[in-house]
Amino acid sequence: MAGFWVVAETNADGTLAKSSTELATLARALAEQAGGSIAVSGVVVAAKPDVAAAELATYVPSVVAVAEPLAAEHAWAQLAAERVAEVIDRDGPTLVLTGAGPDGRDVAGTLLALLDGAVLVNATSVTWQDGESVEMSVFGGKLITTSAFADGANLRIVTVRPNVTTAAPAASPGKVESRAAGATPTLPAVKIVDRVAASGAAVSIDDARVIVAGGRGVGSPEGFELVQQLADRLGGAVGATRAAVDAGWIPYAQQIGQTGKIVKPQLYLALGISGAIQHKVGMQTAGTIVAVNRDPDAPIAEFADMLVVGDLVEVGTALLEELGPKR
Amino acid sequence: MNIVVLTKPVPDPAAAAEKLGPDNRLDRAASPAVINGNDEYTLEAALQIADGHPGEVEITLLAMAPAGGAETLRKGLAMGATRGVLVTDPALAGSDAWSTAKVLAAALGTLEFDLVLAGFDSSDGVGGVVGAAVATLLKLPYLSSAAKVEPDLAGKTVRVQRISATGFDVLEAPMPALVVGTQLLGTPRYPSLKGIMGARSKEVAQRSLADLGLTTDGADAVGGGAARTTVTAKRTPPARGAARVVRGPAAEAAKELAAFLAERRLV
Repeated sequence: MAGFWVVAETNADGTLAKSSTELATLARALAEQAGGSIAVSGVVVAAKPDVAAAELATYVPSVVAVAEPLAAEHAWAQLAAERVAEVIDRDGPTLVLTGAGPDGRDVAGTLLALLDGAVLVNATSVTWQDGESVEMSVFGGKLITTSAFADGANLRIVTVRPNVTTAAPAASPGKVESRAAGATPTLPAVKIVDRVAASGAAVSIDDARVIVAGGRGVGSPEGFELVQQLADRLGGAVGATRAAVDAGWIPYAQQIGQTGKIVKPQLYLALGISGAIQHKVGMQTAGTIVAVNRDPDAPIAEFADMLVVGDLVEVGTALLEELGPKR
Repeated sequence: MNIVVLTKPVPDPAAAAEKLGPDNRLDRAASPAVINGNDEYTLEAALQIADGHPGEVEITLLAMAPAGGAETLRKGLAMGATRGVLVTDPALAGSDAWSTAKVLAAALGTLEFDLVLAGFDSSDGVGGVVGAAVATLLKLPYLSSAAKVEPDLAGKTVRVQRISATGFDVLEAPMPALVVGTQLLGTPRYPSLKGIMGARSKEVAQRSLADLGLTTDGADAVGGGAARTTVTAKRTPPARGAARVVRGPAAEAAKELAAFLAERRLV
């Protein structure tokens, strides 16, 4: 058994992405379930990997930090996948965990082709039952499937959604081994010719604990100011439906649903959202769902824990007052 | 310029009739098929490139699907694509992501292209890994999460705005290249009546595994029999209890809502 590997992602400032701390925690739990004899390692590929690698080492016993200077000015995922392929020891069945977001998917797809692997996607749960047992939610949440790898599959990749586990550091910190990148990559490196910051970049919804989301019922960009205030008060991020994004009230990065992001916060407060299937698939696994809607028969009533029937501006404003200033 | 758009026939999510068969594979007869929603955004991007360069761009739809997929592709042809290519073979039922990538890469090997466009993910599989795998197999420059695709036909390069956590990165690569697009590429157009009529006479060429030089045996085997992953069980998720419904004046409702959040330790 060659081991479990976590492919880490970093934030723009070089720190470790929260989703990677969850992956690392998940990998440790899996190794424990598998009997404790499987090595758990992490790999960080970045122009300057040291900060994230040190952080990752608080979660797993062994971390390889690959300094890849090309990553400073080139698209990350394919470069990273090649370095990961160099680093991981593949003497026996090997499990690689990546995130299920845009970068994690790109790494997974690249490794799949580079190493002739097998992949299971969008895991909502990974456990060890005589092998990897991977659950995912399909068909707009109507069904949960359990999948396994075939016996012959040696390089096994799982892309894991955020918030499937709560990150917890290991009892004792691990070691970091620093490596220089190997030979020139075999895949064409794609140049980043410019980086453009969006005006007023919002808190990311990917791994937010609380999301306050607005739909068509919010009515205007100004309406989203109330959504933002509630999100600030609850310590969360602002989400939106496709209708609100299409109307130009809020950027695409905040869109939740079929063609946006899939999220799993502890609290999802939906304002003026009817709960169409395209939106539902992006948020139905949230811990608690509260909807504020004028229409008591809106589809969201079928999968919310609480439905407040009323005007979202009135109820939202009253809720802000009720909660008072943030302590 | 030649653009190939990967278009996957999927069960129509709007019909909400998707199910797995007794073999735990997708029951394709249970639900009407449509072109995957995310693939329509990339098709729209291809059509806009063609609109900007009249007479210079041909668009080929490439799909791997059961034989009925040819009919599903008609809508894309009606929107304005030039032709379709459908890889169809009974042995492909139950293919995994690796097989799918291998088959699409082999099919692309028989086509001329400057750009391959793929959708962010498919509504039935939701993996979003096949585009990267195809690019890797063909050693093509890979530009993903695109909000905008701008090919330079004369310079044979392509620029993409890739959505990032903080805004977007502008990527540039020589063509041929593979681009994975997002919804931001633009709302897909409706087929015109003329387009619908014209689509009837457009060609959808069919290719079998043998046509592509692929096999269902040995280490490089593709298809359902060679799948490296299997669905072992399925269950219906536990239903949430009925929602607690709160009515009445906003102040009262807000009080109840705040208490509910406190009770669940969410504030």
